[in-house]
Amino acid sequence: MNFIKNLKGIYAIWYREFIVFTRERTRVISSLFMPLIWYFIFGGGMSSVASVGADYHYFIFPGFLVMMVIFSSLFNGAYIVWDKKIDFLKEVLIAPLSRTTIFFGKVAGCMTDALLQATILLIAGIIIKIPFTPVSVLLTIIMLFFLAAGLVSMGLIIGSFMDRPEEYGMISSVIVYPMFLLSGALYPLDKLPLWLQILTRLDPASYAVDGLRSAILGTSAMPYLPNLGVILGFDIVLVVTGTWAFNRMKL
Amino acid sequence: MDTIIIKDLTKKYKELTAVDGLNFSIKHGEVFGLLGPNGAGKTTTLMMLSTLLKPTSGTATVNGFDVVKEPEKVRNTIGMVFQDPSSDEILTAYENLKLHALLYNLSSKEIDKKIDAALSVVDLKDRKNDLVKTYSGGMRRRMEIARGLLHEPKIFFLDEPTIGLDPQTRGRIWEYIRSLAVKTGMTIILTTHYMEEADMLCDRVAIIDNGKIAALDSPKNLENGLGGDIVLLKGRKIDIEAVRKLAFVKGVEEQGAYVQVAVEESGKHLQELLRVAGDVESVQAHSPDLNDVFLHYTGREIRQEEGSSTDRLRYMAGSKNK
Repeated sequence: MNFIKNLKGIYAIWYREFIVFTRERTRVISSLFMPLIWYFIFGGGMSSVASVGADYHYFIFPGFLVMMVIFSSLFNGAYIVWDKKIDFLKEVLIAPLSRTTIFFGKVAGCMTDALLQATILLIAGIIIKIPFTPVSVLLTIIMLFFLAAGLVSMGLIIGSFMDRPEEYGMISSVIVYPMFLLSGALYPLDKLPLWLQILTRLDPASYAVDGLRSAILGTSAMPYLPNLGVILGFDIVLVVTGTWAFNRMKL
Repeated sequence: MDTIIIKDLTKKYKELTAVDGLNFSIKHGEVFGLLGPNGAGKTTTLMMLSTLLKPTSGTATVNGFDVVKEPEKVRNTIGMVFQDPSSDEILTAYENLKLHALLYNLSSKEIDKKIDAALSVVDLKDRKNDLVKTYSGGMRRRMEIARGLLHEPKIFFLDEPTIGLDPQTRGRIWEYIRSLAVKTGMTIILTTHYMEEADMLCDRVAIIDNGKIAALDSPKNLENGLGGDIVLLKGRKIDIEAVRKLAFVKGVEEQGAYVQVAVEESGKHLQELLRVAGDVESVQAHSPDLNDVFLHYTGREIRQEEGSSTDRLRYMAGSKNK
């Protein structure tokens, strides 16, 4: 019975996140706009100077799938600071559920948002003839799923420590952009100067980018599975930390 | 039988002691009020009883469960309406209540029926599919009351249930709370800084000031405890010592230009009082209300006007209560 109760609790929180997601269409559309702008304008400009074997457009596409997940996961996760602000969080925390259950509900809800947005971008990629195969689509979704799990947890941890929604905007410059730029979304990872190589290797998103390149384009620094392994390790650390952060969160 | 037993309940923030060693019990089925000015520790007490805040020391049992050791069991048997709106305004009333039903593990078959029933009690059934952001403050409060009752709690907490509402809406909320107490026999605990609200709704009232209980009894007993009617004398040169010596005077308190005197049978003794007092500019007499009780126990009045206008601002801004 306890298991069902907790599952229902997770569903409840997911249900709310999903409805909010479907009602905030402008947010969804504008979030898709950014990777597409980067893809066409930045990608278009850079293909005139870049020489990375494959067409530069193709080369950067996996990076934009990861970008979509980075932005959406971290922003959605950290959005919990607004739940605190509007006192909605009290309504959730006063329910007879453990904080751990509430954490997993939030993770499920925010991941759904991030993955739906990434899927729309993936479909756009198929339409513009990125050389996907059924297997590479599947591997892409698996990688993005586990990347989103870790990043949403990270967003929730950050949000749970923040007291003032004004701090929310800082996430963009302090975490989201560095993570995106260091992920190697825009350049190959193996020809970097040493200091930059070290920094990119500290960025979990770089393993997702590399893994997707392996699956979609067949050119990467490491094969798919070791990359996925790193992401899974990242997930475990963040989910455990996230559960702890929720249990200590004060209103 | 006592539904809530509070033992040495204390909450300290760095330098401030918000709640200072409370000890009292609340009986099954009573409407209990925590009355006090803003910052007296009412909300903090409620947050600790509902397990959202951990006490610094001391504890309480709610429905037989310890708030520190068994918080989930406590939460299972209580309902709460928070001071600030805590619903999601991008959802409809129906969706907010459905979310609540799922969080409390209500059986899926009953959910829709229960939501309809709860919303008809507060006259919101025909607006159930409208987004909450289209609601007025009063509608939203009513919706949150319905939501708090959906899982049929044994104890219902209401934190400042009518703060920031216009007098008409306030009257309606009072009616709901009263009929709820009569129909369900549920234990209701509310905090308020409105004297009439406590007077109108509560079986017993605890006057709380600076985190401590100043007095606890039924409103009638508290009022009678002052020893008679209240006569308010205005004048700078009143002979307070002479007034104090009169046999029918039960208490004297100075309030700036005013002197408040508790008088037995004021109709009979007013003339003599005025003669002894000397230079009196004006006089008012009334039977005591909770305002006088509050003044008596805390030495000051709850400044209602000031309180309600800032509360209203805070309510509109939707900001947090700290």
